[in-house]
Amino acid sequence: MLVETPEGEISPAVGASRGVTSRASALKASPKRNLGDVVFKYTTLVFAVVVLFLILLMAYEMYADSKPSILKFGWGFLTGTTWDPVQENYGALPFVFGTIVSSFLALLIALPLSLGIAVFLSEMAPSWLERPLSFLIELLAGIPSIVYGLWGIFVLVPWVRTSIEPLLSGHLGFLPIFRGAPYGFGMLAAGLILFVMILPIVASISRDVLKAVPQSQREASLAIGATKWESIRLILKDAKSGILGACLLGLGRAIGETMAVTMVIGNTPAISASLFDPGYTMASVIANEFTEATTSMHISALFEIALLLFLITIIVNMFARLLVWSATRRKL
Amino acid sequence: MKAAFAPSLRYYRRKLTGGLMLTLSALSAVVALIPLLLIFFYTISQGFDYLNLDFFIKMPKPVGEMGGGMANAIVGTLVLVATGSVIGLPIGILTGIYLAEFGHNKFASTVRFMTEVLSGVPSIVAGVVAYGFVVIPMRHFSALAGGVALAVLMIPTVTRTTEEMIRLVPQSYREAGLALGIPQWKTTIQIVLRTAFRGIVTGILLAVARIAGETAPLLFTALGNRFWSTALDQPMASLTAFIYDYAKSPFEDWNKQAWTAALVLIILISILSLLLRVATRSRYTQR
Repeated sequence: MLVETPEGEISPAVGASRGVTSRASALKASPKRNLGDVVFKYTTLVFAVVVLFLILLMAYEMYADSKPSILKFGWGFLTGTTWDPVQENYGALPFVFGTIVSSFLALLIALPLSLGIAVFLSEMAPSWLERPLSFLIELLAGIPSIVYGLWGIFVLVPWVRTSIEPLLSGHLGFLPIFRGAPYGFGMLAAGLILFVMILPIVASISRDVLKAVPQSQREASLAIGATKWESIRLILKDAKSGILGACLLGLGRAIGETMAVTMVIGNTPAISASLFDPGYTMASVIANEFTEATTSMHISALFEIALLLFLITIIVNMFARLLVWSATRRKL
Repeated sequence: MKAAFAPSLRYYRRKLTGGLMLTLSALSAVVALIPLLLIFFYTISQGFDYLNLDFFIKMPKPVGEMGGGMANAIVGTLVLVATGSVIGLPIGILTGIYLAEFGHNKFASTVRFMTEVLSGVPSIVAGVVAYGFVVIPMRHFSALAGGVALAVLMIPTVTRTTEEMIRLVPQSYREAGLALGIPQWKTTIQIVLRTAFRGIVTGILLAVARIAGETAPLLFTALGNRFWSTALDQPMASLTAFIYDYAKSPFEDWNKQAWTAALVLIILISILSLLLRVATRSRYTQR
């Protein structure tokens, strides 16, 4: 009777419901049950159809509004490096570059840390510690993006300017990515704030994936004399695809993140090798220029960037969901 | 006994690597909490100065004047969240009911997958879409457009939790209803939904907490407003839009107020998550 596990997951009863519902639909044939059931079923069906079409409608709407820009610039929109509303010349490469660099930088820092947290939560922490710790990490995910941005402007950026950037250019200045004047506002600050923001999602999904690895795996490796860490390494190898899924989900989040990044990245459409230099992302340019755009071509170009952002995040998320699903469902 | 097992150097090395890696992973859990503590520390210490009655009942002062409050923004955030909920909740809940009660076919799987995908759509994209749907036809910014953008963002969460919670209701409840000759739709509404009610409320609160903190979708839909307005067809103020404006401004007074607004926002969201935990807890102890 009790079908819920503490995590609120669905247990075997789901399988059972299949049989019962078909029995219920067999009942439907009896003359007593008619109009109410039909109305109820189709009312809910209509809303399900609305949800399905919503996403298609969103895509169509953005496509329709970005058509002037698509027709005028074609593929050159993706490779153009100038963004000039005065000359009506739009190329999105600096924004695509900024989005990719800041997101991957965030993921690069978040991945090892998330794996550490996931290993700690699923393999080491006693349950009295695991629950409050998981709660605190998920709390980090609940802080609004704008609050991260506020904190970024007044705390993180000054800290990056006075401590991190001088330190990096002092010791690793021979690398082109750590050269230049320390502004504070720039790609590095954006990567750091995104790292904090995607950490909870990557960590908590990795934890779920690790937990889904069967207990017998651990017992088997420990029984043949592996140390705890060696056994964990095997489990990590086993959970590889699920962890990749968690990373993609984090990446999807980072790509679409707007406010916090806009507030710390410096908002300059330039492609620069140095992480210290200011940049711009796709989401930020929409946030900054949409209300100020006066010409229809400018609006159209911004719609096209939104469409690109939409398509990229959808593709990334689809892959991520499929990977995470296949990794966590194996245990059932 | 001991002599039978002579630990080699290699054994100690393995032990040592293991110990080191385990320490590192425990350490990373601690490191993750540092930003959380820092953000809370700064929000509370910086935002505390202006956290007084004025902030809740006064209007924003013109540029250059000190003081003032954000009464219009607090009300604006509540109105926007309510508008989003009025549009988004029926769609989300009814879709969830469909997926849980009739969702054993290909179409339902597609809808389920699409809601997952929809939950990954960036919030700024929802704003762009609402701009195209509502702002362009109306020819001006409005709270309604903001509500539409927020509704798009809350639908996936509400749909998923509604479906999951309805599925947790034991089949025997449904069978009991049907055995008494109650039509299926009445069984669903009066027995299944009532049993799953707390869980569904949890999902709703979760979605509301998320959209209350959104800024990006409001930038070019509800726009923001320095004056008092509760009209849905006019631009509307919100706490998040004020934080954005005031954080970028050169006035220290405004920067301080941005922190206070952030503090109020976090308190608002914490109250929601507290309600959430209370709602979930009683669900577990009830049965």
